Amino acid sequence: MSITLLYFGVLKDTLGCSTETLAWDGGTTATLLDLLRGRGEDWALALAPGKVFRLVVNQQIVRGDAAIPEGAEVGILPPVTGG
Amino acid sequence: MYCDITVQTATFDLGAEELALRAQAGDAGALVAFQGMVRAHDEAVPLAALFLEHYPGVTEAEIRRIAEQAAARWPVSACRVIHRVGALAPGEPIVLVLIAAGHRAGAFAAAEYLMDYLKTQAPFWKREDFVDGSSRWVEAKASDDAACGRWHD
Repeated sequence: MSITLLYFGVLKDTLGCSTETLAWDGGTTATLLDLLRGRGEDWALALAPGKVFRLVVNQQIVRGDAAIPEGAEVGILPPVTGG
Repeated sequence: MYCDITVQTATFDLGAEELALRAQAGDAGALVAFQGMVRAHDEAVPLAALFLEHYPGVTEAEIRRIAEQAAARWPVSACRVIHRVGALAPGEPIVLVLIAAGHRAGAFAAAEYLMDYLKTQAPFWKREDFVDGSSRWVEAKASDDAACGRWHD
């Protein structure tokens, strides 16, 4: 099974991708972040624990660690700069 | 409360939106309109365009949530929000907030509340495209600590 990841704003440029399909055996947002941080220095820096970003699972903004069901759409959002 | 939220690339017409909202506003005694335009900025290199991105579905739902918060605090009878995305040239309208309410105090307050939210918390990301071809994503300002704090909650 898999999940779909969507990256927004500056993360598209720093991570060099806007969307991807990722093999997923189940887990939480913490599982996902650990996996992405393990991809290399760029990823570890961009998604470091102290960085300000937010995750969205199936269109719901997530607070704290949350389960990611198989087939989910997960958005990774940098700090907002709108208006 | 009547509430209509749109995120779109197309421009909008303040006059037409005002007429449409008044048709939904019941016996409201006040209507406040705020329209924001893209500023050229005072950079060394002039701005060719602002590029705005949003998260379809999530952004609209977040704006609706905050509009409902505003309606819980002030007697808002109708609200209309349009936020543009994509490439916007300096001078172009970028955001519209219309609030109809029983009295002026509630209409002013609710409009300001919504605009503060749109500036600091709504899921939009802004990139500056300069006339020399360079571009950069706008970073969250240090002065937006309060907004960042909300992202940590």
